[in-house]
Amino acid sequence: MDTMEKLRILSDAAKYDVACTSSGAQKSARRGGIGSAEISGICHSFAGDGRCISLLKVLQTNVCVYDCAYCVNRRSNDVRRVSFTSRELAALTIAFYRRNYIEGLFLSSGVAGTADTATETMIETLRILREEYRFSGYIHAKAIPGADAALVRRLGLLADRLSVNIELPSGESLSRLAPDKTKAAILAPMSLIRGGIDENRRDLVHFSHAPRFAPAGQSTQMIVGATGETDRHILTLTSALYTRYQLKRVFYSAYVPVNAVHALPPVGTPPPLWREHRLYQADWLLRFYGFSSDELFHGTEGRLHPYLDPKCHWALRHKEMFPLEVNLAPYELLLRVPGVGVKSAWRIVKARRAAALTWDALAKIGVVTKRARHFLVAKGKRFFDAPAGNEELLLDLMSPRERALYREETAPVRQLSLFGEETPTLSPAERKELACLAAPM
Amino acid sequence: MPRRPDVNLAANAALTYRYDGSFEGFLCCVFESYTAHEMPAAIVGPDAPEVSLFDVKEITTDVEHADRVARSIPLRISPAADDLLRHAFLTCLPEKEMVMLRFLRQGYRYGARFLSFAGNEEVWRLTEAVKKMLHEAHLLKGFIRFSDQQGVLVTTIGPKNFVLPFLAHHFATRFPEEHILIYDENHHAALVYRPYESAVIPMDDFRAAPPDEEERKFRALWRSFYDTIELKPRRNEKCRMTLMPKRYWSYMTEFAKDEPPAMIKAGNDR
Repeated sequence: MDTMEKLRILSDAAKYDVACTSSGAQKSARRGGIGSAEISGICHSFAGDGRCISLLKVLQTNVCVYDCAYCVNRRSNDVRRVSFTSRELAALTIAFYRRNYIEGLFLSSGVAGTADTATETMIETLRILREEYRFSGYIHAKAIPGADAALVRRLGLLADRLSVNIELPSGESLSRLAPDKTKAAILAPMSLIRGGIDENRRDLVHFSHAPRFAPAGQSTQMIVGATGETDRHILTLTSALYTRYQLKRVFYSAYVPVNAVHALPPVGTPPPLWREHRLYQADWLLRFYGFSSDELFHGTEGRLHPYLDPKCHWALRHKEMFPLEVNLAPYELLLRVPGVGVKSAWRIVKARRAAALTWDALAKIGVVTKRARHFLVAKGKRFFDAPAGNEELLLDLMSPRERALYREETAPVRQLSLFGEETPTLSPAERKELACLAAPM
Repeated sequence: MPRRPDVNLAANAALTYRYDGSFEGFLCCVFESYTAHEMPAAIVGPDAPEVSLFDVKEITTDVEHADRVARSIPLRISPAADDLLRHAFLTCLPEKEMVMLRFLRQGYRYGARFLSFAGNEEVWRLTEAVKKMLHEAHLLKGFIRFSDQQGVLVTTIGPKNFVLPFLAHHFATRFPEEHILIYDENHHAALVYRPYESAVIPMDDFRAAPPDEEERKFRALWRSFYDTIELKPRRNEKCRMTLMPKRYWSYMTEFAKDEPPAMIKAGNDR
């Protein structure tokens, strides 16, 4: 079979993995070699769905002995099965890389024989790239649950990032939908990788030329919307993964139904993009804004609000903390102000050393004054026309799309839905809370 | 305090400086503004159309004058201000010379802390312009598509800012053994690289040769990958356009069609 057909099948089979970042490693090519990596990562293109294309995302093979209900490649699906040889895939990667189509390779694989043989084939591909082509570009490899520790170690020495997908955010869902996988089998390689990274860090202190083990760290992915876990459940798990396994990233993937399985949403159900978006927002709050997952859900039903981003929702529940004086408030509190991000908080702290900040300066710094004006004063002054009512405040905190949803929700006559795709609906308690927040003072 | 537009002088509405378009030339405009104790209303390059109504003062580039101003910037303001100015000169900011002159006049007065004046108009405009330029350079590190032309990697770009100097290091450390040519058709210049040296040179025109068999094969493979990787139920045209503005598309392999060999005229994938 020709390369074109293989590439089509094996990239089609790999595309449900959302992670495509090429960040976290900084390298230059060696003399006689090819390839470098930038710490921030580089996007080479964007697909029609708006997702970044950075790496050549393919499977080594889509032959698989497992029968996971959510996966296109499961054993019982009637699809064409093909494999790349290691040499063929390495050559294709280099040809794409030279033309600057890609930032590197994202290699995953179905389990054709055992987890060990699948990992060995992947290792051979990476070995050819690293040793024969002297390729220093970015490589993200999937560790396959159940593979031997020595093989995972070898994979980690060749790749920049390793990941093990959790896929379903609870042991119960796993045993129901992925009967060949267990929670333990997934967590085992994760702690193995964490151990490898830790050990490598110690080695590097003593020997600066010690080979690097997964220098860009490890990540994982969870499917959202296939099973019944709440946002609170998912984010609690997420924050445990960040602290216990020191993951660099947790990715959330709105479930796109691919198999007609009784226990899963039917094929054609729109992916819950809205929910995925909220989870990413909350994930950012956990990693960069000093929030804990408990804080985000305190006093709620365990799901992130559909109409308000989690930071604004938190601020509305803690009005007693505001307004803050922007020239005095510590960095940690500035981060909690809607309309202030990590960069602008940092710039505020730096700029106010030179001169006290006014609202004009805040706008230039990049603060979203429309939101922040409800929560900040500058030199004791409110923004010149801070609006009067609670409902105006609420609308200021919403994005145009959220506003449209809210207007539809509160319209006296129910109109036809503006959004063809999934529209988030409110629970009675959420509806009551929203009305409460919008009520005149 | 930081908002005061000009420190000493009001602009003379009838006065225009014309210089040779080089950074040294610009520094001489600064020199002239100080020695003649005047503030022009505009500073134009050599190609600017003639406006006969106003006085146009020709500023000739004097290496010694330029050097004096160049040395004073890191010394009397800060090295960071020097960097900002040199970068800002490569941007497409409208009337950048005037903004830079006003920036310098205030900078000389306030010294090193001037750059921290968050509310200052000139600091803000130059910083934003440089930020945009570096962003464009970053995007191009990803969006550039090379064609292999007898072993040389060639491409054409059409950036708004003069980004070639910011691409040199990236591609030199990524492809140390390759021969590379990146032609900027908007600024008529090219970045050329061969192991292990690079240069940005003026270039009036460049046309890539038609792709050979192998080149066409990889282009087709890439287009197939690009079309396959999209999750159709998640289609989001607006998001793609925000992250990858349309003006880059016409230079990219994924949106191009290779004409059948006989019909190929010229051009780099377009």
